[in-house]
Amino acid sequence: MNLKKIFEQFNIPVQCKKYGLPLWQCPHFLFLVMGIIIIVSTLVVYAVGSRYVEDPQVVVLIVLLVAAILFTIAVIITRSFERLAEANRMKSEFVSIVSHQLRSPLSNLRWVIELLTSGRANGVSEKQLEYFKILKENSDRMRELISDLLIISRIETAKLSLKKKEISLEDLIRKTIEELEVFAKASNVKVEFGAKENLPKVFADPSQIRLVIENLLDNAIRYIKEKGQVEIKLEKIDKHCRFEIKDTGVGIPKEDQKYIFQKFFRSENVMRYQTQGSGLGLYIAKSVVEKSGGKIGFKSEEGKGSTFFFTLPIK
Amino acid sequence: MKTILFVEDESTLQKTFGEILKQEGYEMISALDGEIGLRLAKIKNPDLILLDLILPKVHGFEVLKKLKEDKETKDIPVIVLTNLEGIGNVEKAIELGATTYLVKANYSLEEVIEKIKKALGE
Repeated sequence: MNLKKIFEQFNIPVQCKKYGLPLWQCPHFLFLVMGIIIIVSTLVVYAVGSRYVEDPQVVVLIVLLVAAILFTIAVIITRSFERLAEANRMKSEFVSIVSHQLRSPLSNLRWVIELLTSGRANGVSEKQLEYFKILKENSDRMRELISDLLIISRIETAKLSLKKKEISLEDLIRKTIEELEVFAKASNVKVEFGAKENLPKVFADPSQIRLVIENLLDNAIRYIKEKGQVEIKLEKIDKHCRFEIKDTGVGIPKEDQKYIFQKFFRSENVMRYQTQGSGLGLYIAKSVVEKSGGKIGFKSEEGKGSTFFFTLPIK
Repeated sequence: MKTILFVEDESTLQKTFGEILKQEGYEMISALDGEIGLRLAKIKNPDLILLDLILPKVHGFEVLKKLKEDKETKDIPVIVLTNLEGIGNVEKAIELGATTYLVKANYSLEEVIEKIKKALGE
């Protein structure tokens, strides 16, 4: 058991996964690279030194000096990277713990509100019911925000496990449209969906992909002023299924386009008439799609609308 | 009248749920920690157990394990009702013999009642 633990210390990919960082940012990997650089440079210094310096003792001294300097630099660099990685991991863990802790009182709150608005509790007046509904809406928003934060902390600590299986994107899209139908109608938005015939199934986690579609569709509807139209297309391109959603909404200003997939980012033109939204949806969508082996992107023009797309691999 | 044992340390939830279960025509017995939960399961022999996981004295998983090991209680269906969502918890609970695993935040009261009815075969 102990031997296994010691061996694990040297298993760089496993160690890097712990931090949820790419290889080139991972302290363990950097230390290995630095080690190789030190060995190579001492050999080079030795080869060059022994050619031009006659006294072998001086050569050895130079080589040792160079190695010592390089080693000090390597330790400083990897140490600081390690500290950064650790801080990052702790931040994600903090978000996860806080979100979990917030959930319990919130569940209580939601259930009590549900009890009050469901007609099960006696003696609630019309006026009170109105206020309770406001409480309900807000507690629902809070719940969504917390579940987004939990997904993000899972993404960042590399703990988001995708339960992949063969799924029909078409069915998933239809279900999501159905779910958001009331919201679309209330926003005067017509949602159209056209899928090419005989589309193959994709290989992905249905609950996560549903979240992606939900986020994209919700955005498309939410950011349409007064009334408009959303068009969803689904087709097969090579070994992928391509989902496309086009809206006649407010669009994304050019200067904001490069930040759109960053977490907590919200475009200024959007905030002018939609205060709701956490700026987490697209970040989650990108992480999920990329983890599923697909790509995500968009085209947008301010005032005209946006078109988002993603692809997913066919098994 | 069918009885439901609700093992949950939050008294607010006990109250809310008790009210609703009563309306639905069930009798609710409440236990505020794992130890009392185990004892009441044996004495009262309820038709269903609603079990939280993060409990004082005895953890929910331990309660579940002991319930399923005991001849007298092993056939009582157990619904895990918790906010604990971590990877592996669902699998562990099902493996130990839980009927369903519900994350409180993801379900409304009505949906939980539906699951209870289903577990009771109604």
